Amino acid sequence: MIEIKDLHKSYKMGHSELHVLKGINFNIKEGELVAIMGSSGSGKSTLLNILGILDEADSGLYTLDNVPIKKLNETIASKYRNQFLGFVFQSFNLINYKSALDNVALPLYYQGMKRKERNEIAMKYLDKVGLSSHSHHLPNELSGGQKQRVAIARALASNPKVLLADEPTGALDTLTSYEVMELIQGINDEGKTILIVTHEPDIAAMCKRNVVLKDGLIIDDKMIEQVRASSYV
Amino acid sequence: MFNIERWQEIFEAISKNKLRTFLTGVSVASGIFILVILLGVGKGLQNGIQKSFERDAVGSIYVWGGATAKAYKGLNPGRRVQFRNSDYDLSVNKFGDIMDIKGSTYSFWGATIVYGKESGSYEYRGVNPDGIAIENAKIIEGRFINDNDVANNEKVTVVSSKIKLEIFKDKSPIGKEITINGIFFKVVGVFTDPGGDWDEKRVFIPLSTAQRVFGVGDKINNMFFTLRKKDSYQEAVDEANKFTENLGQLLRSKNGVAPDDVSGVGINNSVTEVKKFYDLNLYIRLFFWWVGICTIIAGVVGVSNIMMIIVKERTKEIGIRKALGASPISIIFMILHESIFITTISGFVGLLTGLALLELVGPHAQSEYFVNPQVDFTVAISTLIVLVIAGALAGFVPAYRAAKIKPIVALRDE
Repeated sequence: MIEIKDLHKSYKMGHSELHVLKGINFNIKEGELVAIMGSSGSGKSTLLNILGILDEADSGLYTLDNVPIKKLNETIASKYRNQFLGFVFQSFNLINYKSALDNVALPLYYQGMKRKERNEIAMKYLDKVGLSSHSHHLPNELSGGQKQRVAIARALASNPKVLLADEPTGALDTLTSYEVMELIQGINDEGKTILIVTHEPDIAAMCKRNVVLKDGLIIDDKMIEQVRASSYV
Repeated sequence: MFNIERWQEIFEAISKNKLRTFLTGVSVASGIFILVILLGVGKGLQNGIQKSFERDAVGSIYVWGGATAKAYKGLNPGRRVQFRNSDYDLSVNKFGDIMDIKGSTYSFWGATIVYGKESGSYEYRGVNPDGIAIENAKIIEGRFINDNDVANNEKVTVVSSKIKLEIFKDKSPIGKEITINGIFFKVVGVFTDPGGDWDEKRVFIPLSTAQRVFGVGDKINNMFFTLRKKDSYQEAVDEANKFTENLGQLLRSKNGVAPDDVSGVGINNSVTEVKKFYDLNLYIRLFFWWVGICTIIAGVVGVSNIMMIIVKERTKEIGIRKALGASPISIIFMILHESIFITTISGFVGLLTGLALLELVGPHAQSEYFVNPQVDFTVAISTLIVLVIAGALAGFVPAYRAAKIKPIVALRDE
C-alpha cells in the first residue's frame, strides 16, 4: 500500500540546514496498523506529513497505492489527499461553526457529491463512531473524545485507502484514549490501513507493528502482539 | 459560476458566523454610507459656494455716453452723446443671445424725497428688474421692481435701508407713499447695498415710469450687461473682449462717434477682474475631487483590511479544508464568493441609507453656503462597484496566499 525508499527531508533554518529525515525505507501492506514512535524531533511528524502529501520530500521515492507521489501541484495533491487519505489530528481540527454531520460531510463536498447523498453517508459514519445522536451538535458542544470520534468519522467518510493519525490521543485522558483506540482497532479489523504517530508506549502497544525513529532514521521496526483496547475499557 | 452547492456552503458559512458577517457588513455599509454622505455634503458645499460667488461672479460690462473727443463726419468734438432706448434695444437685438443680465438706467441725483414731515435729497434711478443684480444689492424687505411695474409704468419704488432709517425712522416703509420730486410713489421694497453709503443714497423706480413722469422721454444714462458663464476663464475673457469691441462699434456708428473715440462711447469691461472666480471654481472642483478620491481610498483600505483579517482568521479552517481535499482554486473561490456577496449586499444597504438620509435631511439643511446636497446615483453606484471590486481584490491576495500555504503550516496556526 505504501512504499518508501531512501526518503530525505531537510528544513532550512536561517543559514543552517536541519536534516530531519536521513534516508527512510519501509513498506506498509494493506490492513496494517502501524505505530510510528520516537521522541520529539525524531522526524516522525515530518514523515507523517510527507505520507499525507501535506509536505514533500527532498529526495527518495514514495508510492501510495501504486501511484508515485512526486512533484505534485497543489490541485492534484488535494485530489489525492481527498481520494487516498484520511487525517486525524491531535487537536481534532474540526471546523467549529459546522455541526458534527457537516464536518463529516466536508470531504464528500470536495468530491462534488450532492448534499443529500453526502449527508446520508456522513450519518452512516457518525453512527459507526457511535455519535449519530450528536449529529447536529457543534464541536464545542462535544467532549474531547467525542470530537476525536467525529474527526475519525470525517477521516473515514471519503473511504480513503489509508488513515493517518497524528497523536490522536495526545489531547485525551487515558480512558478516553483507550476508547478512541478501541474504535481505531475496530476500523482496522475491517481492513483499513492505519498509521498512528505516537510517543505513548501503551498506545503503540495497541498497534500491530511498531516503527521507532531516532534522529531521522528507523532504528527499530517490529511486529508486536496487539493489546486489545477493549481489555482496558 | 452558478453552483448551488457552493452557494449552500457559503450561506452556511455566512449564517453560522453571524458576528463576522455582521461586522463585515456593518463596516462596508458604514463605509459606503459615509462616502455617500461626504459626497453629498461636498456637492452641497460646492453648490453653495458656487451660488454665493456667482452673484458677483460674472464680470459686468458698463456702457455710458460721454463727450466726443474727435471730430467725425462733420461734427465737432466735445459733443455729448445721449443714449436712448433705441440704443439699448439695438444692442439687445444684436447680442441678446450671448447676454445673461442686461439693463439700462436713467439716474437723477438730487431728487427730493418727502414722507410726512421728513425729507431728504437722494438719487432716483430708473431700472428694469435686472437692475438689482448688477448693483449687487440685496432685498431685505418686500420686493424689487418687476416686469409688471416696468410694463405698466407703475409708480412704485424700492428704497435703501439708509432711507428707511432716515425718512421712516426704521419703521417698515412697505406700502407707504412718498413723493419723489413731487410725484407720489408707493414703497414696495427695501434694499441694502454692500457698496456702502454712496450706494445707499438712492431709490429705485421702474425705468419706464422715470422716463414718463419726469419727462425725460426715451433718454437713458447707462447700459449694463453680463455675459453667459463660460467653462473657462480664458473663454470668458475672449468673448467679453469681442463683445466689447463689437458693441462699441455698433453704438459709435449709430451715434456718429469716431470708431476709436473711447470718450464718446465708454465701455468698461470688468470681466478680467473675475479671474479669481474662475480660479476659485476650479479649486473647489479640485478640492472635492480630492476629497472624493481620498474617501474612496479610505473605503478601499477599510474593506481590504476587513478581508485580510477574515482570511487571517480563517487560515486554520483553510488548512483543514485543504487537508480534506479542497483545491487551492476552490479556497479562493469560496473566500471571494463570500466577500463579494457580503460587500455587495451591505454596500447597497449603506448606499440606500445614505441616499435616504440626504433626501430626508438635505432640504432642511440649506444655508447660504450649503445648497442641494445630493449624490449623482451613477456616481454612487460606480463607487459601490469600485469598492466591491477593491474588496474582492483585497480579499484575493490573502486568499491566494492562504490557498498557497501548505496545509501543515495552516494547521499549525493556533
